Amino acid sequence: MFYKYSDYLKTEAQPYMWCPGCGDGIVVRALAEALAELNIPPHQVVIATGIGCWGKADDYFSTHAFHGTHGRALAFATGIKIGNPGLHVIVLMGDGDAVTIGGNHFIHSARRNIDLTAIVVNNYNYGMTGGQYSATSPLASHTATSPRGVPEPGFDVGALAETSGAVFIARSTAYHVLQIKKYIIQAIQKKGFSLVEVMSPCPTHFGRRNFPGGPLAMMKYLKGRAVPKERFDKLADHERIKYIATGVMANKERPDFLTVYREINPAKQLAELGGVKK
Amino acid sequence: MSRPKGMQLLQGNEACAWGAIDAGAGFFAGYPITPSSEIAEICARELPAYGGVYIQMEDEIAGMAAIIGASLSGKKTFTATSGPGFSLMQENLGVGIYQEVPCVIVDVQRVGPSTGLATRPAQADVMQSRWGTHGDHAIIVLSPASVKEMYYLTVRAFNLAEKYRTPVILLSDEVIGHLRENIALPEANALDIINRKQPYEEPEKYLPYKPDDDGIPPMAAYGSEYIMHASSSCHDETGCSNSKPDTNQKLLTRLRTKIYSNKEDIVQVECFGPADAETTIIAFGATSRVCKQAIVEANKKGMKVNLLRLITLWPFADEQVQAVLEKSKAVIVPEMNQGQILGEVQRVNCTNTPVYQLTRIDGELFTTAEILSKIREVAI
Amino acid sequence: MTKKIEAIYINEKNCKRCGYCIEFCPAKVYGAAKDGLPLVNDLEKCTGCGFCELRCPDFAISVEVTVSE
Repeated sequence: MFYKYSDYLKTEAQPYMWCPGCGDGIVVRALAEALAELNIPPHQVVIATGIGCWGKADDYFSTHAFHGTHGRALAFATGIKIGNPGLHVIVLMGDGDAVTIGGNHFIHSARRNIDLTAIVVNNYNYGMTGGQYSATSPLASHTATSPRGVPEPGFDVGALAETSGAVFIARSTAYHVLQIKKYIIQAIQKKGFSLVEVMSPCPTHFGRRNFPGGPLAMMKYLKGRAVPKERFDKLADHERIKYIATGVMANKERPDFLTVYREINPAKQLAELGGVKK
Repeated sequence: MSRPKGMQLLQGNEACAWGAIDAGAGFFAGYPITPSSEIAEICARELPAYGGVYIQMEDEIAGMAAIIGASLSGKKTFTATSGPGFSLMQENLGVGIYQEVPCVIVDVQRVGPSTGLATRPAQADVMQSRWGTHGDHAIIVLSPASVKEMYYLTVRAFNLAEKYRTPVILLSDEVIGHLRENIALPEANALDIINRKQPYEEPEKYLPYKPDDDGIPPMAAYGSEYIMHASSSCHDETGCSNSKPDTNQKLLTRLRTKIYSNKEDIVQVECFGPADAETTIIAFGATSRVCKQAIVEANKKGMKVNLLRLITLWPFADEQVQAVLEKSKAVIVPEMNQGQILGEVQRVNCTNTPVYQLTRIDGELFTTAEILSKIREVAI
Repeated sequence: MTKKIEAIYINEKNCKRCGYCIEFCPAKVYGAAKDGLPLVNDLEKCTGCGFCELRCPDFAISVEVTVSE
C-alpha cells in the first residue's frame, strides 16, 4: 500500500482554523508529505501536541493523536513512546510550548535522547492567546505584553537543543517548503531526540505588530533573512543578529533512551535471576 | 531481588510496589520524594524483570504526564509521590480524568503545607485528593491502614482504574508507608485482575469516547488499528475538540455518573467493635489503627464504642456515615488535619447528631490515651 | 518524458486569500481577484513545479499534471 499525504489528514475538517498566511498549515502539509514518502501506516503514528495554534493540529490528523497541557507535550510523548516503542511519535509544539513553559522537558528529553521527533513552529510569540511574548521573541520586538519592546532576548532553540544533547537538529522557515519536508524525513528516520524548527509568520499578531503589510510581509522577511548555516557561521557577530541560520545544525550518533535502558536492565536475564514466572 | 515468598516482614511502601507489579503495572514514572521514594526504588529494581520500565522524570509534572502517555499506549501505569509532588501533578491529573486514562497515583502524605515536615505523617491531602485539580470532576481515592492494605488496595486501585477508565489515588501516609508488618504475598495468579474494555466493532466505526450502556467507552491503545484521539480540551465522542454548549454538559455529566452511579462497587468501609454501640469513631488510615486499640480498651472498661473506618475516601461514604449518624448519640472524628473529613461528616449529618473533632497537626500520631480521653468525655 | 498541465483547481472554500501562491509562483501563473483569490492568468506558463500546492497553508490548490513518455 502506498500512502499519499491526504491519508494522514482529516480533509473534512478543512479549512483549518489557522489565520490566513499562518505557517502551521504549510508544516502540516510538509509533515503529511514526509509520512507519505516514508510510507508509514497512519496507525503507527501518534501526533502529540501542546497548547496554542500549532497545538490544534491534533484535530487535523487522522493518525492517532494526543493533545495535552501547555508545555508538557514531550513528557506525555515520552510515556506514549515507552508504552509502545514501535510507534512513530511526532511532537508538535509552538515556541511557547517547547521552550518557554516547556523548557525543562525540552532539555531533559534531549538529554535522555528519547526517540521522538519534535517539530517546533516558532512564530516568536503566543499567537493563540493574543500575541504575548515568549522565550523566543526577539529583544525589543513589539508584542501584546511588551508595547514598548520585549526587555529580554529570545532563545536560540537550536543551540538549546544542541547543548542538551539532541542528536538531530535542523532549522528552516515556512518559506522553504521542500527543506521542511526533507528535514522532517531525516528527523523521523533518526533514532533519538530529533528536532526540526520552522520559523513561521504570525500574520495576526507578531507579524502585524512588527512587519506591517499583511501575511506576505513577515513571510518575505523570513525568506530574505534565511541563510544557510555554513554562510551564517562566517558572519561577524554583529551581523548574525540580522539573519536566521537554516540547515542541519547537528546530526550525531548516540543510543536512544530505551536502547540504553534495556542494555543496563536486560529483562530476560533479570527475570531468570529473579525467578519471575510468566 | 526477587518477589518475597512466604510470610515476610515488609514495609508498607514495599508492599505497595509489589501490589502494583502483581496487578500488572508495566511502567512507573515519577520523581523521588520523601516518604514515598522506596516505591520508586523498588520499581527501579524490580520492574525490568517483568518487562516493565522505570523512568525518573525531571519533575512530578512530567511524571504524571508520562504515566498518562504510557497508559494510552496500553500499559498499566503508576506514580508515587507526597504533598509537594502531588501539588505539581494536579494539572495533568485533570488530563487523566478528562481523557479517562486508567492510572494509579500513590500519595504518601506528610506534614504540609509547602515543604512542611518531609518525614512526619499527616492526613491533610484529603480535600486536595478530591478537588486539587481544577474544574468539576469525580475521583476515586482509597485509604490503606496497614501493610496488607498497601498491597491489596494497590491491586484494587489498578482494577478500579481499569474498570472505570479513571485515575485512582491511593492516599497513604508516612506511618503506613514506612511501617513493617507481616504479610504473605498471594500467588500472582490468585488475584482477580481487571483490564480495560477493548473495542469490539470494526476499526472504521470506532469512536474513542462513545460510551457503552455502562457509561464507559472501550479503550483502544495507540498503535492499534482503532484510531485513538485523546484531548485535554473539551471533546466529543470522536475525541476531537468540540466547544458546542451541550458537549461539556454531556461529557462532565457522564464522567460524574460513571463514578457516582457505581458507589456500591467502589465505596468500602470497615466496621469494628460492637454493632450496637451508640458512640462511634469515624477514622481512616494510620489514625484508625490507634482508634481500634482505644476501642478495645474502652469496651473492656465498659464504654461501648465502635469504629467506622473509611477505606474509600472518595466518593464519600454518604450512606454508611449517615447510617452511623442516625444510630449514634455521639460521633468522634479524629484526623491528622484540621477537619477535612469532619466537614464531610457534618455535610451528611441530617439528624444533628453531636460530632466531636479531634485533630493532630504536629507530625505525630494520635495516642491511644488521647482517643480514650475523648471517648470518656463524650461516650453515652 | 513530457509534463502536461491539465488544470489548476483552486478550492475557494479553503482558500484564505493569503497571497503566497500568487507572490511566490516562479512562473508568475497567478493573478489576484479583487478579494485576493488566486486566478490562473496563464496556464501555459505553469511548469508543474508544485510549489504553490506546498506553499498553500490551506490545501486549496491542486495542480493536475499528466506525465507521458
